[in-house]
Amino acid sequence: MTINVKDLDRDFKYQVMREPGGEYLSRCFACGTCTASCPVREIDERFNPRKIIRMTLLGMKKEVLESEFVWLCTACYMCQERCPQDVMITELMNAIKNVAVKEGFVHPSYTAQVEALKNFSRLYEVGEFENKKRQKIGLPALDTETKKEFVQVIDDYVSGLLKGGEE
Amino acid sequence: MKYAFFLGCTVPVRAQNYELSARKVAEKLGIELVDVPDFRCCGYPVKSVNFKGHLVMSAINLALAEKQGLNITTLCNACSVTMIEANEELKAHPDFLEEVNGELSKFGLEYKGTVEVKHFARVLYEDYGLDKLKEHITRPLEGYRFAPHYGCHFIRPSKVYAEFDDPQYPVSLDRLVEITGAEAVDYPEKQLCCGGGILGIKEEVALALSNKKLGIVKEKNADGMISICPFCSVMYEGNQKKIEKTYEKEYGIPVLYYTQILGLSMGFSSEEMGLKLNRIKPRALMEAFSNG
Repeated sequence: MTINVKDLDRDFKYQVMREPGGEYLSRCFACGTCTASCPVREIDERFNPRKIIRMTLLGMKKEVLESEFVWLCTACYMCQERCPQDVMITELMNAIKNVAVKEGFVHPSYTAQVEALKNFSRLYEVGEFENKKRQKIGLPALDTETKKEFVQVIDDYVSGLLKGGEE
Repeated sequence: MKYAFFLGCTVPVRAQNYELSARKVAEKLGIELVDVPDFRCCGYPVKSVNFKGHLVMSAINLALAEKQGLNITTLCNACSVTMIEANEELKAHPDFLEEVNGELSKFGLEYKGTVEVKHFARVLYEDYGLDKLKEHITRPLEGYRFAPHYGCHFIRPSKVYAEFDDPQYPVSLDRLVEITGAEAVDYPEKQLCCGGGILGIKEEVALALSNKKLGIVKEKNADGMISICPFCSVMYEGNQKKIEKTYEKEYGIPVLYYTQILGLSMGFSSEEMGLKLNRIKPRALMEAFSNG
């Protein structure tokens, strides 16, 4: 892939660095310890943390945000533990995901999870059926109410983003 | 000893054997687990979408525990790390705390930052202590060999766990397994991730990660894996048959929750510890420790 300077977005790295977790992006000196430590990279070579960081620093905004790869981080923190420059890579990957969502690129898996949270205040519904099963094996029934607090948080912080990005 | 008992989303519907055994073990040890009816999701799934939104969700739960003057204990690695990290973020950034409290005030809640969050296995290891725990072991599981699986978020990031255990070469769960009288089997890649975090994103990669560890554990010929996280168990136990089929392997490795084997060593029966709810039946243990 040839990189054309005209296609680069020089503000992209600052956009990432403004997100919580993205602060230390510019410390990276591209040693590749992250990539060597990444269990996902061992399975699928297309997921490459060093490459994602390099592309972000260069300003390859579209390529980074449109790729599926940022969503493939399992948040195991191995890269973060071994990074000699304390780039805090796992948190950086999260910051890039947050930017992707703001720009309208959210992975459908998260859309579904947010919807469940809005409906049940939990990822899985606990209703009468689940409570009966729980009580049958000696566990207490749980409160089944959908909490207005959680609906509100999702409305205030998440719903707008999922409708197609900020602005 | 008294803690607000945080179940999270996965435990109450997908790991009832874990919850059951943890409650019984805690009661016998004299650790009071207080149910807080208003507890809901820890906020983990929202972190990838919006960091601040996830802070607010965590803070709702933290504030509810604070209101009761209790620290939180959890059974799930992800719930633990999410609330521990959120707690640290709120303490380190007064502007985050102010924003979060602005949101919480809409519901008559406030978070001051006084709550501590600890995984239940860490409570056993650190707060209760191995020496005191040992006094309760009335039926050592001699001759059994278990491979401990820590799960990432029990020990990483070291940023929040530095005082607890080594992020790459941990020992706490090995010691906890040994306390039961069983052997803690050492194996390569003990720190390897289960892949659970991306199961919904790219299933084949997530299953490949689990397959890798199941293969390593199989070679060690252990009586089972020991898990302390409901989602790690979903990967290694719930998806084991699918993995066997995909990779044409035969594993048949039981995956038990730590609280289940601890309970057996404390004299509880396999029925009381919910072993029949395990998807890959730990038959040897079920027969040896049955009450009927």
